[in-house]
Parts: sequence; C-alpha cells; structure tokens
Amino acid sequence: MDSTLEIRWHGRGGQGAKTAALLLGEAAMSLGKYIQAFPEYGPERMGAPVASFNRISDKPITLHSGITNPSIVLVLDHTLIDSIDVTAGLPADGKLIINTALAPADIRKELKLKGSRVFTIDASKISNETIGRDIPNTPMLGALVKVSGFLKIEDVLKDLETKLKKKFASKPEIVAGNLDAVKRAHAEVMAE
Amino acid sequence: MPTAAKTGNEAMAEAMRQINPDVVAAYPITPATEIVMIFASFVADGLVDTEYIPVESEHSAMSACVGASAAGARVMTGTSSQGLALMYEILPIASALRLPIIMSDVNRALSGPINIHCDHSDTMAARDFGWIQIFSENAQEAYDNLIQAVRIAEHPKVKLPTMVTTDGFIISHCLEKIEILEDAQAKQFVGERKAEVSLLDVEHPVTLGALDLPDYYFEHKLQVAEAMRQASQHILEIAKEFEQQTGRKYDLIENYKLDDAEIAIVALGSTAGTTKAVVDELRSKGVKAGLLKIRVFRPFPAEALAKALANVAAVAVLDRADSYSAQGGPVYTEISSALYGKTKAPKLINYVYGLGGRDVTIDDIRGVFSDLQKIDKMPTFNYFGVRE
Repeated sequence: MDSTLEIRWHGRGGQGAKTAALLLGEAAMSLGKYIQAFPEYGPERMGAPVASFNRISDKPITLHSGITNPSIVLVLDHTLIDSIDVTAGLPADGKLIINTALAPADIRKELKLKGSRVFTIDASKISNETIGRDIPNTPMLGALVKVSGFLKIEDVLKDLETKLKKKFASKPEIVAGNLDAVKRAHAEVMAE
Repeated sequence: MPTAAKTGNEAMAEAMRQINPDVVAAYPITPATEIVMIFASFVADGLVDTEYIPVESEHSAMSACVGASAAGARVMTGTSSQGLALMYEILPIASALRLPIIMSDVNRALSGPINIHCDHSDTMAARDFGWIQIFSENAQEAYDNLIQAVRIAEHPKVKLPTMVTTDGFIISHCLEKIEILEDAQAKQFVGERKAEVSLLDVEHPVTLGALDLPDYYFEHKLQVAEAMRQASQHILEIAKEFEQQTGRKYDLIENYKLDDAEIAIVALGSTAGTTKAVVDELRSKGVKAGLLKIRVFRPFPAEALAKALANVAAVAVLDRADSYSAQGGPVYTEISSALYGKTKAPKLINYVYGLGGRDVTIDDIRGVFSDLQKIDKMPTFNYFGVRE
C-alpha cells in the first residue's frame, strides 16, 4: 500500500476535475503504471464543488476504498478554499497545488496551514493565454508532473499529444495550445 | 493482448461491442446508464449489427429481451437497482423459458430511502429467479465475466439467463488498466447462438410461455433446478477455455492466500480487492490471514466453499445486503448452510456492511480480521461502518 501514490483533485463542476484525473490516469498508464481514476459522485451542477481521485502504482492496485489521505491535493479554483477543507487528510509531508496568482506563502497564510508543502500556479492565466479559455486542468497536470516527480514531462507531453491529436484531429491549434499550457505550468509552478 | 484504460461500464460496453448481440433492449438508470449509452453509440456508428430497442421501462426491456430471445436471437441488456426491481416480474419467466439472456447489472442499493450508490441488495433480491449470477471484483473481471457469460448462458446443458455484476460507482465509474481480447478472438470465443427452437421458424411451429398448470409446472421448474446444478461444471470448462486464450484464471470462487490461513474473510465484488490489500499487509506481519472471494453466487458453490474453508479456524462472511431475516445476510446464510454437518468447518461470524455506498476502508477490514482473532468473544451478527 505504501508504494501507491494517492491524489485528490478539487474543482467546480465544468472545470475538468474529472477529466484531469482521467488524463493523468491514462498518461501514467501509457508510461507503464497501474492506475485508478474516479470521481466523487454527488449532485453534479455547473459551478458546484466536485472532487476526483487517482491512485498510481508500479504494482496492480486491488484496493477500492475511497481516498481519505492523499499525498497530493490539487485545487483548480482558488475560491473553493473558502467553502471546502481542501487540506483534509493531507499528511504533514503532503503537497498542495493551487491554481492562483498568489504566492505559496500567501496561500499558507490564508489556510492557516501548518505542515505540508504549498505550491501555486496561475493555471487560469496560462490556460487563457495558450488555449484561449479558462480550462485550468491541463496546466495543473504540468504543475503536478513537476511537483510529484514520478513521471517525466517529455513522456507526458508525448502521450498527451497522441491523445489530443486523435480527439481534435480537425483543430490542431487546440493540441498545440494544451501542450504549451502543460509545458508552461511545468516551468512556472512556484514552490515555498 | 491490447491494454486500455476503461471504467467498469466502458469495459462492459466494450465486451458488448465485441459480442455484437442480435438485440439489445434497455432503459437507462444510474449508475448503469453508460453501458447502454456507449453501446447505443456503437449501434449509431455502425460498429455492431445489433437491433437496439429503446423501450419505455425496464419491465418492457426484459419483456422485449424475452421475446427476442425466444425468436432465437442473442440478447443482452443492462440495468441497476430499481431498474432490476422493475424486471423482477419477468426474470423467472426468462429462466423458465430457458432463454439465455445476458445482463450486466451495476449493483446499487434498492430504494428506499432513495440512494444511487453501491450495495448488493438489487441482485441479492433476484437470487431465486433461476438466473446465473456472477460478481466482478474490478473492470477486468467485468469484461472477462461478460464475455464468458455468453457461453455459459447459451451452453446447451445450461440454457439459463445470466447476469454479471459490478459494484456501482466503485467499479462502474473507476478507470483502470485492463486487457482486451482482439475483436476476432472475442468473436471466435463467443461464437454464434444456436437456438434449438425459434418462434420465427414457421416451418417448425412451437409454443412458448403457455399456461402450465399442476400437471406440468413442477416438472419445468425441476428442469431449471437441474440446469442450475449442471451449470457449475460448464462454467468451469468455459473458464478453462478462457484461460487458454487470455492467461487469466477463473473459478467459481477465488482463494487468496487461503491455503494455510487461520483467519479469513469471505467477500464479493470490489471489497474482495480491498481485502486482498489488507491480507498482504497482515501476511507481512506474520498473521495468517486469507480471503475467499465468491465469483459465482448462482449456482452457489457450496462444495468448493466448504472444502476451501475446512482448515480455517475463523471466518467472517461480509454481506453488502441485509435480508432482514434477523438471521444474517444472504451470503452468510448460504455459507452456514453449506457448512452444516461438515466435520471440519470454521467458526463463522457475519457482517452487514457498505449499504447505500458506505465506504469500505482498510481500517474496517483490519477491524474484521482483528475480531476474528478473538472470535469466541464475538456475537454472530455484526455490522461495520455504521453509526449505532
């Protein structure tokens, strides 16, 4: 159980928290990992808080419990931290990655957080500049790859390119924009 | 063999695409909707030759399945919870007419109170309708079981409708890595249905579903019971053939680190997977823990079970449904009946758990194993994960 990486995504309905977990799962799988990706099911409404989860391991995963102590938490929407306890269950050596223009120290202060490590990335700005819309999930993936260090960014970009090219065959600008977003977030994520 | 990332629902829809049934009649219901939704897109995209009948209710879905199957077609459907409950009236008709209809059921709590999450109350309530029931631990098993179900249901010595289940949301909506047969390999494995009679064969007219009074009803029901008794050996033969193709081994039950186990859990579905993780943990600490997973619940593998548990000292049977008999859950009563009169049998306790999607944690399972180490002080009927 120790070798399994557990991740929780927080977002608002429509922001792509579920898709982010699926994308990460597929990317990790194509790089030889065993994976799980699953959303939390409740009322599904545009804008309402939602969560999704990943398990990633080098060995087959038989565990099918919910994830209560993730070692990494990603927050796609800064405003969620007013209403959701995004650090619930995050251990002292856990990592929190938030989509915000603020610095990690500001977020730590806002959350009154002791322990854990805080990372920030302005994924919405990157998404607006690269994809032309505020869809923060792909840049968050780039930040996650940097922070977690369990996958190589080159491998993830290659896998993502193959998948997006298949999905957006007639819109090459979407493929380029998304790849750019991942690359930029990977480079720009801020640590404490 | 190709691998893919699939949810339980996607895995079942993929199996259906490869099976390419003649008729699918279904009505959508959470959390099984995706299965028939994805399959409907296969129909629309021309990837299958199936006649897809979008009916107005599950009662109609099963009725349409009965009609189409009686006409000689290979027929599939998918449902969950209240949807299955609305089919209950027709389920024993399908088995009495010996129609090999294949169903995927995504296990979801029966209302009420209304709930959309996993427990086994829907299929446990359907256990006495003459359907073969196969439970899946994960997306891979959901796919593998559905492919095998076609052969099981249509086997000339069986000819019984068959349902394959997954745990709602826990498996149905969880993306996992699975291996999929090549299309041609799957097609060859399932073959074609060879119905002995067909309502559409006007050269050889037959009557199906006629009034069956005290003079014959009993004999027909006896034949269903006999087919169910025969089914186990054919399920095993088909599993063997499937293993030759895929390397993936299936049985009526799965024994996990059970051979030298002193304490063991019996579970169905995804909880068996979570239990495996805890068994591994306990084994690394020198505790002789094991798991017995029931894959086939109907026919009930009583003999295999009694044999597998004979040398275990203490066993906890986990029921993700209550039968409100005040005598434990349905799996517990089946197992205690299977062990009755055996000279070597474990001490047995029961837990009802996980109703309405209540999470099953590692700590819950650790707690059960810890209870088993002091079984003499335990009551027979227990719960975990519930506020009392």
